[in-house]
Amino acid sequence: MMTEVTPHAHKQPLLEVKRLSVDYVDPSQPPAQALRDLTFTLHRGEALGVVGESGCGKSTLMLALMRLLPAAGRIVGGSVRLDDIELLALSEREMAALRWKRLAMIFQGAMNALNPVRTVGDQIAEAIRLHEDASDARALDRRVGELLDLVGIAASRRNQYPFQYSGGMRQRAMIAMALACSPDIVIADEPTTALDVMIQAQILQLLADLRRQLNLSILLVTHDLGIVAELCDRVLVMYGGALAEYAGVDAIYNAPAHPYTQELLKAFPDPTRPLQRLASIPGSPPRLNDLPPGCRFAPRCPQVFDRCHLTPPRVYAITSDHLASCFLVETQQTRGARHE
Amino acid sequence: METTAAGYRGVWARLRRNPMGMIGLIMLVVAIGVAVLAPWISPYDPHAVTRVNILDIYQPPSPAHWFGTDDAGRDVLSNFLYGARVSLTVGFFASFISVTVGGLIGISAGFLGGRTEGILMRFTDIMLVIPDLPLAVVIVALTKPSLTNIILVIGLLGWTGTARLVRAQTLSVKQRKFVVRARAIGAGNSYIIRRHIFPLVLPLIVVNTVLVISLAILNESTLSFLGLGDPATLSWGQMLNYAFTRGAMSAGAWWALVVPGFGIVWVVLSCTLLGQGLEQALNPRLTTHHLAADRTLKNLPRWELEPTPVEQAGNV
Repeated sequence: MMTEVTPHAHKQPLLEVKRLSVDYVDPSQPPAQALRDLTFTLHRGEALGVVGESGCGKSTLMLALMRLLPAAGRIVGGSVRLDDIELLALSEREMAALRWKRLAMIFQGAMNALNPVRTVGDQIAEAIRLHEDASDARALDRRVGELLDLVGIAASRRNQYPFQYSGGMRQRAMIAMALACSPDIVIADEPTTALDVMIQAQILQLLADLRRQLNLSILLVTHDLGIVAELCDRVLVMYGGALAEYAGVDAIYNAPAHPYTQELLKAFPDPTRPLQRLASIPGSPPRLNDLPPGCRFAPRCPQVFDRCHLTPPRVYAITSDHLASCFLVETQQTRGARHE
Repeated sequence: METTAAGYRGVWARLRRNPMGMIGLIMLVVAIGVAVLAPWISPYDPHAVTRVNILDIYQPPSPAHWFGTDDAGRDVLSNFLYGARVSLTVGFFASFISVTVGGLIGISAGFLGGRTEGILMRFTDIMLVIPDLPLAVVIVALTKPSLTNIILVIGLLGWTGTARLVRAQTLSVKQRKFVVRARAIGAGNSYIIRRHIFPLVLPLIVVNTVLVISLAILNESTLSFLGLGDPATLSWGQMLNYAFTRGAMSAGAWWALVVPGFGIVWVVLSCTLLGQGLEQALNPRLTTHHLAADRTLKNLPRWELEPTPVEQAGNV
């Protein structure tokens, strides 16, 4: 097996998620397994893209990391370590103190994530007031101005209400809000949905700039593979609440190992081949409270074989930096080994 | 009820364009003015000790007594003006108690959910199904019928509607994403309720308060009419009670009944009009109801539905 030294292999990761599992419980049904044994790491300054169809557990993952799952959500196993802190072992009070200070979030749909009856500046200041000594009103005001400036909004507009902002500006204000307490990790949950392409590009550029400027780690949740290619170093492809493939951005786009990743890429337009028909993956993601006994993707997989229906595949390492949860990887590896 | 960001700013502007709401506001201001200025504008002092002559009883309106005299020979107009004080005091304080209790219970139940909500809302349901008036009569009769007791009884029996309304609104505001965002920022329950839920529930509470005032005044009049008013004060309900039980009808003294009745209707109507006006001002969507839409179309003059001459000329 070929090994490759990853650029971060020697460093301790900033965020280390191990075998994280989340259930949604409903008394009248078996629990929905929204997240199963998810393992990944995030290093300082790294941008990790999390992709997958709707309903594959992306948002659940984000909320589980912040420990903000809705009432029915239960973290049933695993560990989330931020530096040396085990987030899942913290009390609610300790977790509240840590939210936004270390882990901030850019919400999807900025109009809904802003309180319509309070000014934007007030809502940005809110985060600082809750976490830092904000007795100096002037300094607080200046900080809000700086934050707005950082995301390209005139500081004079801090006293306006969300409805006086355009969609792009609201998203920028959300980013400013996420940066208010200088967090180490910013979780961006589809930060560019509902924005037109021009604004999308601006927001992505802004995120890329801020990341370089502030050495931020970004966890970008999206279903747009184009955004991931532009912004991210590594990609986590999720399917049915579990890891499908986890690799560097180049490996994902040029040598995808999991059939799901391959199909996802086929469904993405290739500008060099304008006449090619876009493929879609027939079927829909599995019901999470009624998962197939074998591989979660087996019912939709074009390369399915008998074994896929019997047992779920474990996560195989193609290189130390490229993981995929598919029996094909194992088959290829044993075949490769036989050739040697 | 949905409040937009423009909510508070545009409320006054929209209320001013709402004729019914403005009429209600003016009527209420007049009533408050009368109550405040009663000692200066009343021709007589109803509390003054007077020697009553049999001929003074149920005097018809005259230049000396514009609205006649009552069963004790007192000036009806003066009683009426002073009565506004009692009615409005009871209205404001009782509705304040109602709305505070109802608001607290509604917000807590809606926001906290689960077992707390179950207990609070079942309690509300029980309070709601107990008929208010008989219970109020019993409580006032058992305690001393003082003004404070009447305010407390009306206030503590009238909060159920508010609690249910506020809970419903809280449930809908709670689902908004900025509440999750506030929690993600690290805010606790009380902070989220104060800074994020309350401002969006407030318009509903304001409207509800105005409407509850009219209910409280009606309740006070009812209790007083039934003879459970504070004997030390003279409210409109008590004026009706005295007139009714002491032969105003048989004496043909219509003024002793009509004047306090008019006062009650005036204040209740003003609160209802203002409440509805405020509701429409706070939620402009109410004014453009989908059932009202086609009526405006039907009322359009016929020629407006046809192409204007200019357009036709352009087509040639």
